[in-house]
Amino acid sequence: MAAFQPKITAFVCNWCTYTGADLAGTSRLQMAPEVRIIRLPCTGRIDPLFIIKAFERGADGVIVSGCHPADCHYNHGNYHARRRFAIFRDLLDFVGIDPRRVIFSWVSASEGGKWRDVVDGATATIRELGPCRTDTGDEGQGRLACAS
Amino acid sequence: MARIGVFVCHCGENIGRTVDASAVAEALRSHPGVAHAEDYRYMCSDPGQTLVREAIAANRLTGVVVAACSPHMHERTFRKVASAAGLNPFLCEMANIREQCSWIHDDREQATRKATAITRTLVEKVKANAPLDTIRIPIERRALVIGGGIAGIQAALDLADGGAEVVLVEKESSIGGHMSQLSETFPTLDCSQCILTPRMVEVAQHPRIRLYAYSEVEEVSGYIGNFEVKVRRKARSVDEALCNGCGACTQACPNRKVPSEFECGLGKRPAISVPFPQAVPNLPVLDRARCARFMALRKGIAKAVCGKCAEACTRGAIDFGQEDRFVTEKVGAIVVATGYQLYSIGKEQPEGEGLSGYGEYGYGAVPDVIDGLQLERLASASGPTGGRIVRPSDGRVPKRVVFLQCVGSRDPARGIPYCSKICCMYVAKHVMLYRHKVHDGEAVVFYMDVRAAGKGYDEFTRRAIEEEGAIYRRGRVARLWRDGEVVKVQGFDTLAGEPLLLDADLVVLATAVRPQPGIRALAQKLSVSCDQHGFINEAHPKLRPVETNTAGIFVAGACQAPRDIPESVAMGSAAAAKVLGLFSNAELEREPTVARVDAAHCAGCFLCERVCPYGAVGRREVRDRAGRVLKVVAEVNPGVCQGCGTCQATCPGKHVELQGFTDEQIYAEIAALG
Repeated sequence: MAAFQPKITAFVCNWCTYTGADLAGTSRLQMAPEVRIIRLPCTGRIDPLFIIKAFERGADGVIVSGCHPADCHYNHGNYHARRRFAIFRDLLDFVGIDPRRVIFSWVSASEGGKWRDVVDGATATIRELGPCRTDTGDEGQGRLACAS
Repeated sequence: MARIGVFVCHCGENIGRTVDASAVAEALRSHPGVAHAEDYRYMCSDPGQTLVREAIAANRLTGVVVAACSPHMHERTFRKVASAAGLNPFLCEMANIREQCSWIHDDREQATRKATAITRTLVEKVKANAPLDTIRIPIERRALVIGGGIAGIQAALDLADGGAEVVLVEKESSIGGHMSQLSETFPTLDCSQCILTPRMVEVAQHPRIRLYAYSEVEEVSGYIGNFEVKVRRKARSVDEALCNGCGACTQACPNRKVPSEFECGLGKRPAISVPFPQAVPNLPVLDRARCARFMALRKGIAKAVCGKCAEACTRGAIDFGQEDRFVTEKVGAIVVATGYQLYSIGKEQPEGEGLSGYGEYGYGAVPDVIDGLQLERLASASGPTGGRIVRPSDGRVPKRVVFLQCVGSRDPARGIPYCSKICCMYVAKHVMLYRHKVHDGEAVVFYMDVRAAGKGYDEFTRRAIEEEGAIYRRGRVARLWRDGEVVKVQGFDTLAGEPLLLDADLVVLATAVRPQPGIRALAQKLSVSCDQHGFINEAHPKLRPVETNTAGIFVAGACQAPRDIPESVAMGSAAAAKVLGLFSNAELEREPTVARVDAAHCAGCFLCERVCPYGAVGRREVRDRAGRVLKVVAEVNPGVCQGCGTCQATCPGKHVELQGFTDEQIYAEIAALG
């Protein structure tokens, strides 16, 4: 059997983490290839529904990463995100997603190395947890059930 | 029906080595909605751009995805290309398959698969893109310069000479910065004061420069072209309008034993003082922590003690009751030029997280061990010794001076891996200053490498060795300690392969260059980022060296990285040129990625108003024909909105949408990943 290739969606802000990920590239830091980045202006823009939708569409894990607290390009968008996700985490269990599948981190524009660690760490975690399935097997339908 | 064009770049070998660009184009060719897909070696080159432009026209494309480098690199380039071909520029998106794919993966098959997936995601997004019009906003043609060292002075003068109004804020009581403390400058041995003070006076007299000395930036709001800055004018206890700088108060002050900051603790000053004779503005500051009157007040002695300065002042300028005042200035651009501080070998490191100091050098407690700036003051004709280089402990002329380079610098174990750049040069200069004053003195320099890259720099260090007989020893010093009259220096010469134990009369440490304390707090106020050491990040290390990632904020001098005087001046001028370029526009064009409220559906809960970091959301009454108020809805001011999208994520009904990052676009991206 081929090794499990997890699908991981990363929602990152344009100013810190996206730039940090670019820096990782400029520094030629090698990392796991399973993460796909969706660029947003700010973590404040991230609707918790995006995360649910990503799982519904077959993601096995989600990374949410933005500027460090107090370093937000938009002054305090990341604080709104932090509060939102503190509550959202509890709801994950309710919809049947192992909260370990959602990884939150702060990666600044100068932390290319940290981004690599986040990507590799998330890939290892998701690989361990195994695939995340919807119980109907039908894309976009039915209640989510991540067997792990 | 969408007709999307996909253009995959090889970027020479950069992408081509690990991503099969033709395979990516091939895979996308059959993707629904893609009308055209091709790959090319250098898409950003002139023929590459022509190829995109022609393909847009030939295939009547409704959207473009360029799979190449980061959007931070070339989004603007390709949006211009789209625009030139008659396509709305916001229908062009970049798929980042270089920084976030080819450069970070080795496996060609996996990297190609990932690049295809990334490109497909952006194709799905661009299908949902709407044409947007750039927003035009007015510009306030005034600039704020933070920091009155040589970089800030240069920026302020160039800006003012170029016709812009300038507000210069300096936290110390005089402008001049560290350069005013220097004795001579390398590699010409020009007298530092002689070349600096005319520039300082020019600043003070310039009709377009408003100087706020002894002031700090308290708050910054707004955005490029329209910043609002609140400046704290710290209380000098001296009325600036009345004082004529005669100095009678400083003469009258009975407390004359305050260690002078300007003299790096080597000299004394009164409690009310001007830092140095050529200070600009030439106004004293009353140090309330050291003034007898204020000390008595703090102890609860109600009777006014002392007051000799006020008695001596013939103009009644002393104002003991003065408080900090605040002024608000509107500016269109900001230049940050806050400079540096020297690393301290003591246990206390201002904002030096992870820095440990040097226990083996006695944490700065060994007498006659000084740093570079202290030697500058000793060598300076206007310094505490009148230019005689003597030992601080007993006033004796040192016959052997040992210089230690790279103290703190290039030492990851101490938390600073970078090279401080200026030390090799100023140590060579110190050798010369010392030898010019003490002809029979011996100078020994411990170094790791001599880095003298610069015009006339290597010749200068050679002079220190060949003409002044400096003994350069390659190696580090393990320990310093006091032994009777002398400082014992234990080191190792790695070229000779021998341990050394020297008796030094004076030891000078070339300590590392660090950003000013408070830089992180200032960076936060300005929404610019710092690197791990606290130096302000430039927008691009090669192509945008004086811009920051926040539009309208520029950087100059040693707050960006260790810089010498010529570089600081060059950066000051460069930042001024950038600001003048910005000011030459009649109006400013801004990206239209701002939020827009769907007034028909807005329920008027105003959660968006509460979360908006910029106060960009206002309220608007919706009325019927008879003028009756039907409801009150939210409205976004596009001039103030910065496009973070927090309102949209918060809106329960999703009736406010961030243009360019709408729910439809993002869900399209998410779906494409599946």
